[in-house]
Amino acid sequence: MFELRLLTIFIAACITHNFVLTYFLGICPFIGVSKKTDAAIGMGLAVTFVMTLSASVTWCIYYFLLNRFGLPFLQYAAFIIVIASLVQIVEMFIKKTSPPLYRALGIYLPLITTNCAILGLTLFMVLREYSFLEAVVYGIGAGLGFTLALVIMAGIREELEFADIPESLKGASITLIIAGMLALAFMGFGGIISS
Amino acid sequence: MIRDFTRGIWRENPIFVQVLGMCPTLAVTTKGIFGLSMGLATLFVLICSSVAVSLIRKIVPNQVRMAVFTVIIATFVTMADYFLKAKFPPISKALGPYVPLIVVNCIILGRQEAFASKNNVARSFLDALGMGVGFSLSLIILGSVREFFAYGTIFDVTILGKWYEHWVIMGLPPGAFITLGILIGLFNWVNKKITGRRQKLKSGCEKCSNCAS
Repeated sequence: MFELRLLTIFIAACITHNFVLTYFLGICPFIGVSKKTDAAIGMGLAVTFVMTLSASVTWCIYYFLLNRFGLPFLQYAAFIIVIASLVQIVEMFIKKTSPPLYRALGIYLPLITTNCAILGLTLFMVLREYSFLEAVVYGIGAGLGFTLALVIMAGIREELEFADIPESLKGASITLIIAGMLALAFMGFGGIISS
Repeated sequence: MIRDFTRGIWRENPIFVQVLGMCPTLAVTTKGIFGLSMGLATLFVLICSSVAVSLIRKIVPNQVRMAVFTVIIATFVTMADYFLKAKFPPISKALGPYVPLIVVNCIILGRQEAFASKNNVARSFLDALGMGVGFSLSLIILGSVREFFAYGTIFDVTILGKWYEHWVIMGLPPGAFITLGILIGLFNWVNKKITGRRQKLKSGCEKCSNCAS
């Protein structure tokens, strides 16, 4: 039963309740970094990594520190500091251990701090009172779902360069309309799990 | 000074021109009233943190400014969130985690970094006010359009009668993306018309050049 629950959380975070297409979290990189497929994959994996890590760290901080000492009103400030420092640590770690990966990710790493998907993930995690393991699975699922949406979008936008779009719809406008159609398609998966 | 204010409403509108702060924009605009409350919450946070950042801009060392800005913003967001929870529980419930998510709204951090950390308090205040009003107006427009199509009402006032078959998809995520996409397209189109006319006027004057010479 427990494994089934984990699987449900994973699929929900990844597909049926995709962070980008149903919760609108992480739209800025979704529009900004979805021009090339390679960059989209790099960004997606970096986000997945930070998401998993921050889900586990903020879980510990919330339940062992804030909740125990009656300080839940500090959670927004605490979470954002944790995420910012985690991104910094991850950046330094990758820079030391694997310079090629660091060069590949480049500017996308620091940008993750302002990605609302990560703060959103930690807030949802607290709101739904997940256990530690569930929180970690939730982080992985949400990250992979983000990657999936980003890569699909990048693929479509590479094709879009050859399309004949009306002048005023170019840029963000057409991207949002396409995202809407993608969201429609993802809604079709809604029946996979019954909540 | 006045330009600091008006810039945010039209020429550098945070949503339609800069395409910033998309998560709250798309998520909460299922109804006009939610758009309005989200807009006001963001306006409050934006003004308070702009003034605060502008006041301490000379004390904060450059290396840690981002962290300081974020903590200031988080403080005001917590205040706004608890205020909504205490005074307007139904709205707070409907907006859900998107109120705390104002912390990572790129509009706010963007204004601190681009404007408030370099200018005096009065100008920062006007800039924040303009950006906040521009943001709120866009949210209200988006929310009203979606509410109109999805439920046939605007701000819970019935416009279309019972015969109207609710267009449910407009209230769901895909509707948000598509409506905003079309609105941005319209905005670009109107802007182009205006600048086109201005250029025509100019070139018309240059061509005849009677009045100048």
